[in-house]
Amino acid sequence: MESYKLQVLNISKSFPGVLALDDISLGVRKGSVLVLSGENGAGKSTLMKIINGVYQPDRGEIRIDGKKVLIRSPIQARGLGISMIFQELNYIPELTVEESLFCGRLPVVAGRVDWKAVRRRTLELLERESLPYSPSTRMKELSVSDIQMLEILKAVSMDAGILIMDEPTSAITQREVDRLFQKIAEIKARGTSIIYISHKMDEIFRIADDIAILRDGRVVDSKPRDELDIDRVISLMVGRKLESNFPKRRIELGEETLRVEGLTAPGVFKDISFHARAGEIVGFAGLMGAGRTEVMRAVFGLDPHSSGEIFVRGKRVAIRSVKDSIVSRLAMLSEDRRRYGLVPVRSLRENVSLSSLRRFIYRGRLHGAKETKIVSDICARMNVKAPSLATVVEALSGGNQQKVVLAKWMLNEPDILIMDEPTRGIDVGAKFEIYKLMGDLAAERRALVLVSSELPELIGMCDRIYVMCKGEIAGELARDDFTQEAIMRLATGLEKRERAAS
Amino acid sequence: MSGIGKARAAWSSISRSYSIYFVLAALIALSSIINPNFFSGENISNVTRQISVTTILAFGETILIICGLLDLSSGSVLALSGLLSVASYKATGSMALAFAVAIGVAVLCNLVSAAMVTKFAAPSFIATLAMQEMARGSALLFSRGQNIYQIGDYTKVGQGSIGFMPIPLLFLIGLFVLTWYILKNTRFGRSLYAIGGNQEAAKASGINVNSNKVLAFAVNGLLVGIAGVLFMSRVNAGLPNGAINYEFQGLTSSIIGGTSFSGGIGTAGGTVVGAFIVGFLNNIMNLANVNSYTQQIARGAIIALAVIYDIWTKNRRTRSLVKRTAK
Repeated sequence: MESYKLQVLNISKSFPGVLALDDISLGVRKGSVLVLSGENGAGKSTLMKIINGVYQPDRGEIRIDGKKVLIRSPIQARGLGISMIFQELNYIPELTVEESLFCGRLPVVAGRVDWKAVRRRTLELLERESLPYSPSTRMKELSVSDIQMLEILKAVSMDAGILIMDEPTSAITQREVDRLFQKIAEIKARGTSIIYISHKMDEIFRIADDIAILRDGRVVDSKPRDELDIDRVISLMVGRKLESNFPKRRIELGEETLRVEGLTAPGVFKDISFHARAGEIVGFAGLMGAGRTEVMRAVFGLDPHSSGEIFVRGKRVAIRSVKDSIVSRLAMLSEDRRRYGLVPVRSLRENVSLSSLRRFIYRGRLHGAKETKIVSDICARMNVKAPSLATVVEALSGGNQQKVVLAKWMLNEPDILIMDEPTRGIDVGAKFEIYKLMGDLAAERRALVLVSSELPELIGMCDRIYVMCKGEIAGELARDDFTQEAIMRLATGLEKRERAAS
Repeated sequence: MSGIGKARAAWSSISRSYSIYFVLAALIALSSIINPNFFSGENISNVTRQISVTTILAFGETILIICGLLDLSSGSVLALSGLLSVASYKATGSMALAFAVAIGVAVLCNLVSAAMVTKFAAPSFIATLAMQEMARGSALLFSRGQNIYQIGDYTKVGQGSIGFMPIPLLFLIGLFVLTWYILKNTRFGRSLYAIGGNQEAAKASGINVNSNKVLAFAVNGLLVGIAGVLFMSRVNAGLPNGAINYEFQGLTSSIIGGTSFSGGIGTAGGTVVGAFIVGFLNNIMNLANVNSYTQQIARGAIIALAVIYDIWTKNRRTRSLVKRTAK
């Protein structure tokens, strides 16, 4: 028998009405990476919460180094050498880098914090990982990817024997992914065992030693990487074969629906010009921080711009607020749906009707029956899966939440739909549904703008791609010229293509 | 999901939505056993007169808390608007003018608070704390600290009845319907829930956050102004020092009624039930001759229990819902 660092045996866990985990047995070997994959709701996070001591299993046991352990709290888990990096980063904006790194384990000498030691050890750590931050920088001044790198640094600095990472690459750049994977290889070589949760196939096969796939609370397969391939993993996850990864449809392009000319916001982005035609899916590629989201927020009226013009269906429009956008039939799915897309404590019904309430108001009165009818129709069309319209949206899975946001905007009958990272944090099956919906929407003569950090997604779905670099458009690619290399050359500033005169 | 699981989930959803009504029913049952006088028309009418003012304030607090605000000035603004209303009645003898003055003054004070919150991004806690001092000071300055007596027929509103219905109760019912209608059936109400639940998302959905907040304060002003007339009328004087700490009684009713301080959650019905729970509890303790210091401790304990219950059910609800939909 192989020596497992951490092993779970016959773990079952049920919550009122649902069996979340059904007789799960898994193990991660010493100094290896176990990738845990599966759709949202498959039970991955429940299992991780059990390992991290947040939940107690109904049956089964956890073994570390072959010995049975009881993990009653995350603090206890930490004591056993288990470190967890969550997908949703938890950090305190007002803390400095060093305070944050040593939060909860500040060295104390004679009742007071030894700040000199903190500073010294922080500098050592930062230097060792070649991270360019000052120990006194406040967390709120850092970007998402910086904060994540620090979280990883923190776990590494705690000499965790078992490191759990929940989709760590969902918000960091390709270069940082490389650095992360290099780091994983390093700590693996030092004997650390890693449980890595991911949906991304290229990643999974790049770093896994073993792959386990969960579906509906059961382990459907658990094998060394070499015995699996991408198609097999995907079909195990969803329990069916995907027709094709990207259901791109051939659509006759219509007239120009959106044109942006010379849009500028000093220090953020400069001289941005692009257009989109009816039925077209236009992509925006670029590294994190290239300014894609900022441009879209300005076009949509969420942030101001200092100069430039926006034309909708050939007419110049002044967009100063979301209200103006709605009037011009623009819609936008934000990259951060929890922050900008949803009101988590309110019901599905209220969330979907939020941006189109005027449709249900007669003489100041909200017409409940009409709202119910229209909301349930659009939810059915978007294939939102929920117990009822009264379900609060915080209880839905990521994919369903995204469909709720989409449904909300569809009620405004937009001609132009901006989608910023629409498939981030969404499982494979729901991703495919979103792609299909995008095809349907384009076929209905709408213009779609897709901002994405996933190159295969852009290449698979778009008709044209604009590539941004450092706040400017570095180039534009037609479908025939799409390659990951061409996009990356533009995105990293290796190349800049003068745009053809429009 | 098994049959038992389904039944249990259904029961827990019922007990969640209606638990506060059970509490009220239990309290009424208990009261009528402890004291046979409890159900007398006189006692019930007394209780409703007593709670009507603070319940009307509680409606305002509920509206504000739902959209992530609160009002610490309602007691003081009530005193200022009620006092000026009494003074204008004494000068002219017009009850219509008295109402107009009270409502006008209270709305104005609330618009000042709203301006601090929306124009200068002051937290409502601070803005209304400032207003609390300013309004109380104005009331004392205007009256030179003296009460206004001999207010004549002004008292009819607070002390009179139409048939067997005390007039304050009629106001209470009317303003309950108004609050319920706003929260349930208007775009404004929906916007309030969205703003309190997630202001950024509300803004990104095309809701004008600031104008809705201003309107929420204005509606609160309307409620406070009416409460001001009822209060002065019931106490038979214009009291610049009246209604001290009433904002906290309003907040208490609202919280016990299930309004969540995290924003986005709360109902008019819950608030009214919360107010009656507080009112009946005070009444029983009075009828049972519990001393007033002990009563205060009991009220504090109830607020603590209500908040603990709110958080406990919220945790349980999200957990069980996540499970139920995690498929």
